[in-house]
Order: sequence, then structure tokens, then C-alpha cells
Amino acid sequence: MREKIRAAVLASILAALALAGCHGSKGLDPFEMPASFDSASEYEITFWAKNDTNKTQTAIYEQAIAGFEDAYPNVKVNLRLYTDYGKIYNDVITNISTNTTPNVCITYPDHIATYLTGANLVVPLEEIWSDPGYGLGGSQVRFDAPTVEEIIPEFLEECRFGGHTYALPYMRSTEACYINRTYVEALGYTLPETLTWDFIWEVSEAATAKDGEGNFLVNGQKVLIPFIYKSTDNMMIQMLRQKNAGYSTEEGDILLFNDTARELLYEIAEHGRSGAFSTFKISSYPANFLNAGQCIFAVDSTAGATWMGTNAPLCDISPDEIVEFETAVMTVPQFDPGSPQMISQGPSVCIFNKADPQEVLASWLFVQYLLTNDVQIAYSETEGYVPVTSKARSSAEYQNYLSRSGEDDAAYYDVKIQAAQLLLDNTDHTFVTPVFNGSASLRSAAGQLVENTVKSVRRNETVDEAYVEQLYADVISLYRLDQPGASSAASRKEDLGPLPATAAALLASLAAAWVLIVVYFVVQMAQKRKRIAE
Amino acid sequence: MKRIIGLLLACALVLGCAGCGGNGKGSGDAADTKSEGVMTYAEYAAADVDTQVVVETYVQAKQSWWDGQGTFYTQDKDGAYFLYNMHCTQEEYDKLTPGTKIKVTGYKTEWSGEYEIIDAAFEIQDGSYIAQAEDVTALLGKDELIDKQNMFVAFKGMTVEAADESGAAFLYSWDGSGQDGDDLYFNVSANGQTYTFTVESYLCDNTTDVYNAVKNLKVGDTVDMEGFLYWYNGVNPHITSVTVK
Repeated sequence: MREKIRAAVLASILAALALAGCHGSKGLDPFEMPASFDSASEYEITFWAKNDTNKTQTAIYEQAIAGFEDAYPNVKVNLRLYTDYGKIYNDVITNISTNTTPNVCITYPDHIATYLTGANLVVPLEEIWSDPGYGLGGSQVRFDAPTVEEIIPEFLEECRFGGHTYALPYMRSTEACYINRTYVEALGYTLPETLTWDFIWEVSEAATAKDGEGNFLVNGQKVLIPFIYKSTDNMMIQMLRQKNAGYSTEEGDILLFNDTARELLYEIAEHGRSGAFSTFKISSYPANFLNAGQCIFAVDSTAGATWMGTNAPLCDISPDEIVEFETAVMTVPQFDPGSPQMISQGPSVCIFNKADPQEVLASWLFVQYLLTNDVQIAYSETEGYVPVTSKARSSAEYQNYLSRSGEDDAAYYDVKIQAAQLLLDNTDHTFVTPVFNGSASLRSAAGQLVENTVKSVRRNETVDEAYVEQLYADVISLYRLDQPGASSAASRKEDLGPLPATAAALLASLAAAWVLIVVYFVVQMAQKRKRIAE
Repeated sequence: MKRIIGLLLACALVLGCAGCGGNGKGSGDAADTKSEGVMTYAEYAAADVDTQVVVETYVQAKQSWWDGQGTFYTQDKDGAYFLYNMHCTQEEYDKLTPGTKIKVTGYKTEWSGEYEIIDAAFEIQDGSYIAQAEDVTALLGKDELIDKQNMFVAFKGMTVEAADESGAAFLYSWDGSGQDGDDLYFNVSANGQTYTFTVESYLCDNTTDVYNAVKNLKVGDTVDMEGFLYWYNGVNPHITSVTVK
């Protein structure tokens, strides 16, 4: 049912280059905060939102819009729903050239970095949020919005790049490892306090043992992929971070293709070859295998927690395929359990600039509404998300929700609340990768290294030094990481190609006009001097 | 850029209509004649996953093109091959109209029960074949149905069932979380068993007859349908035409 997402994860390669189509456009003037909000005029804004193919989330968006429109009856919000960030990214880029971007958009900072190649396209938020009247929790705001101090600082910082804050966090998640503890223990192992890569590889290899008829000993089935990773982008990024190895600099220098990554690929290849490891793109959703007793370690977002476990409220496989097991929720595997590190992810929300500042102000007010307790708590409860404000987190309503883990398999599904708690307990251990124009492509490249390596060993290809050299070259080429503009906004202009003939003619005529003006001016001066001399 | 998108949409519409256009007609006597080194469908079906396969097949419909890749429903006289994200330029994609014969070299893989060819390259060859829809209604619920996987098939006299507890006849997205333009999911039954069928929006978008026909379905309608026998954790046909009887 959810397979569409696979087809849509194609976004980033040409998307940035499509912005070349914007060259020549003058761009908008910088947004200036109006003195007051115009309540007498009608405004219509568009909100492009992402849900996790979850109708409760759709309902919460609709409810949020209704609540906001009650507070601001002269503003109509049109919702357009997406199920993956890549499609939003593509559509935004497509719409930049036609000045038809949405007003408000759920997005990732990596993507905003690309949007910023358009002049004044995305509104920097510091000035707006500090406005006494209409800023965060301002005196003129018609609902109980949080103050800027009430936004979790780590999450707010993730939205800051290029000298400004271009988004506000909307929800946050990390990755978790959902584990079939029953099978781990059946294999003679006990889960450690902190999951490590050594442990996960060892147990996964042990799980590949079969009987004489080809059935896996641990589950008695013909199918078992002990370890499946949903986002191989995250897998490689977190491994490198945990190894203190290079990925990229803040300035956009690419460090991914290094010796540590090479060693990691060798290890991944070994376990891909034995059948102990696979990926979502190669094999399908980790949750489906986990719930069928065909996977032991399933790494996926905490925002995918409602799909995980015997009693998961959401499920793609038929009920007769689901097996009984105890689910453990742990942090992603670590190289140094004493210093765990995991990625921070989740939707942020940005505002696109428009010619009418009142329209932008209406958009800003709506963004604030998305940060109110009602929206934050309701949305976070749909999955293993956490609210991005201390105001919501500390509320009695949210604390009550957390305390009721396991009360049922719906609103209080224990795996979901454990996943959220995992992030609440580890916010200090989260990190994000540097944001720059091209960072979205680099992220995809990191995952591509893993995907290609696993596919190759499954095809009985040799993964050695020569292979990795070629892989590095292929991935660099595929994601255009060797081209100007792939990694720095400064060199974007080099991508624009020759000027169109019409533009060249216009420039030539402008030059000619200037020449004529100068000639006229010189002649006039000469005549004036001549008259003075006379 | 807008022109390119417009062109893409126009192409998608034309090609989508081709995919959603109803009964196909068989043609091309050489449909089952394989060149040297090319697998028969039986050999392809017997091949292990993750092995290289070489097939000659005929385009029946296509989903979409993006970033140098296209996804195609193809078929020869003996069976069907789903080509997922096959490398092709936009120009090549445009040439791959229904009936076009292609030689495809790629890797067989399986994703949630769907067997497909990935990482594929192709050459256009002489020949043309449009498959007729094979009625597989009687095979629903039987193991033999998977032998027809990805083929252009027909389902006759099925009954529309409620798609969810609200009694809706269809849903936008699998759980109703989507909007107009997203995939449509609807339930139909035969012989006491209910199955979920899909209008895949990349194949037939919300401008096509089938998309709008499904939006107008009512629980209890008796319908004949055609489409491609896609698989996702069980049979999940991508429907290209619906006729209410």
C-alpha cells in the first residue's frame, strides 16, 4: 500500500539544476514587516504539507487550518498534501521559475538551501519572530503561540544556515532500531544497554543459519533478512559521524568519499553478501519483514513506529502473516556506546516571500499556529514524533500521554511512545549535517554508496579497492558532485549556460544606449566649454 | 521550465490514455520469436533474483519519466516484465509507445512480491505487439494467479465493496489520507473474497477516464475492469479501465 514512496525517492539529482531556469528573473524585494495585519482584506494562502500516509495526520492538518481560519476569518488556507519530501522539493523548484511557490511549505533545511538560490525567495525569520505584535507569542497574535525561547534550541538551530534562520522546526524524530527481542534471545543473545554495530552484525550473521531444508533456524521460514535499514543515507551519515570521519564541511566541501567510508562499505558488503543485511530499496519496508518474523533488526524513523511490532496499529501485510514477538525499541547501533550519536530529522516549515507583505504576514501567523500546543501535541501523538516546543512538552496533556504508554494499541501504542521517549531522552545526542546548496544531493550520494554495494554483492560482484574507486567516481558523477554549483551557492552562476539570444540583444541595446548617452554627454560638455571659452 | 513540464504532462496524458485505453489487440506474428542470447519468458521466470536477465518484450504502458528513468509495463506472448526505473532519456521514453519492441538487459529482482527488472538498459527493435486483456477473474485467490503477474488482464463481474468503515467506495491513497490526484484504492469482490485494486496515478492520473470512473463508483456496483497485474504483498492490480454494468 505504501510502495509509492519508493518511486518518489528520485528527487534531488536534476532538481537543483532546474533552478537554472530562473536566471534573469529580478526576484522579489526583501520582505518588510507591515505595521499591522490587514484584517479587512481577504487573503488566500497555500500550504504544502507532508504526511506519513497517515489519515490522522491529514485530519490534524485540516483541523489546524480550521482553527486558524476561525482566528483569522479573512485568511483562507489551501492544503496540498504530499507523502514524501522529495516530491515537495521537486514541485517547489518547478514553481520557483513561475513564481507559483506555495506560501508555507513543510520541508527540510537541505532543500531550503537550494531554494535560496532565488533572490529573497525564502523569508528569513529572525526579524518577524521578534516583532512585539506579530512575532512568536506576540501581543497581536490571536491564539496562544509559543515564544522563541520555548522552541527547543537544538531544533531551532538546525534551521539556521547562511547567516539566517529560514525555517522553524515543526516536528522532530530520529531513527530507532525496532528489534524482535524474542528472536535475539532465541539465538542465545541478550540485548546490551546500548546497541552496537558489532552486536547487530554478530547476531544478524548468527541468524542466517538454516536447517537442511533451507528454513532459517530462528524463524522456521524460508525468508529472513536479519537486519534491514530503511534510510541508507542516514546509515552512512551516522556511521561516519560515529567514527568521527568526514562527510562535509559547513562551507560545503565534500568529504564523503574517504577511507573510513571505504572500510564501512567493505563491512556492509560482507553482511550483504551473507544475506544478513539488506535495505528498503532492495527488499521493501523493514516493518513488513519485522512483523512477519522475517527480520530481527529494523531501523526506521521513530516516525514509523506505528508500523512496527506484532500489535502495530498500521500494517501492510495480511493478519495471518503476522507473528507474535516482543518488540524492543533502541537507539541506532553505535560504534562508541559511551558517546551515542544519532541523526535529528523531521519536518520544518518555511515561508516563501510574496509581493504582498500582508500575504507573507498571514503565512507567518499560520506557521505560528502550527506551533501551538493543540497542533504540536496532536501531531506528535500520531507517530514517534516529539513536539518542538518546551511549551507543548511540559504541558500536562503531553505528559499524561507519555505516562500512558501501552494502555492500548492505538493512541497509547507502546512502541510508538517508546520511540518518542527515545528521542526525548537523547536530544543531546542528536546531530544534523551541514546545510548548503547541494547538501541534498550529497545526502543521496551517501545512501547510494550503500545501495550499490549491497546490490553488487548480491549479484556476486567483487567489492574491493578498485570497485570502491569506481563506485566513488560513479556516484560523484551521478549526483554531479564534481560540478560547480553542486556544493556551493557561490558558484551557482556558472551553471546558467550561455545567455539566450533575446537577453544578449537586450544587453547589447542597453550597452549601445549607454554609449550614446556618454557620447551625447561628452558632446554637450564640449559645446558648453566652447561657449564658456567664447 | 514550465514548457518542459507542460510537455511532460502532455506526453504523460497521451501515453496514459494509451495505457488506459481499454481493449488491446494482439498483433505481430513474431511476438514470441527470441533473438540469440535472449531468454524466453519461462527462462526469465525461472531465473534467480539478483541475476542478469536479457529479454525481448513489448511496451504496453508506462508510468512516468523522471531524471533519466522510466517505469514500464511490458509483455510478450508468454508473460510480462515490469521494468522499474529503466534508464532512458526523455526522448527515448517518448519513443517507447505501446507496442514498441525492446531488448532489455537488466537484473531480476523482487520487491514485496513484485518481480521486476531493475538497473536495465534497452535497445529498440523492429516489431510490435499489443497484448489483449486475459480474463483472470477465475484465478483470483488461486496460486496460479502469480504466473500472470504484470500481464494486461481483465476482471469480469466483480462487486464494489466498501473501502473503509465509513462505507466509501474508494479512498485517496491506501488509507484515505490523500487527495484528488493521488492513487485511488478500492475494494472489489468475487466468489466471497475481497481484493484491493488501485488506480496508480503515475499510470492513469486524475484526468483519465478510469480515474474518474472509480471516483463515481458506488458500493454494490458490478464492474468489469482491465489493468496490469501488479503485486504488492499480494495481488494489487493497477487498473486502467472500469465499466459499470
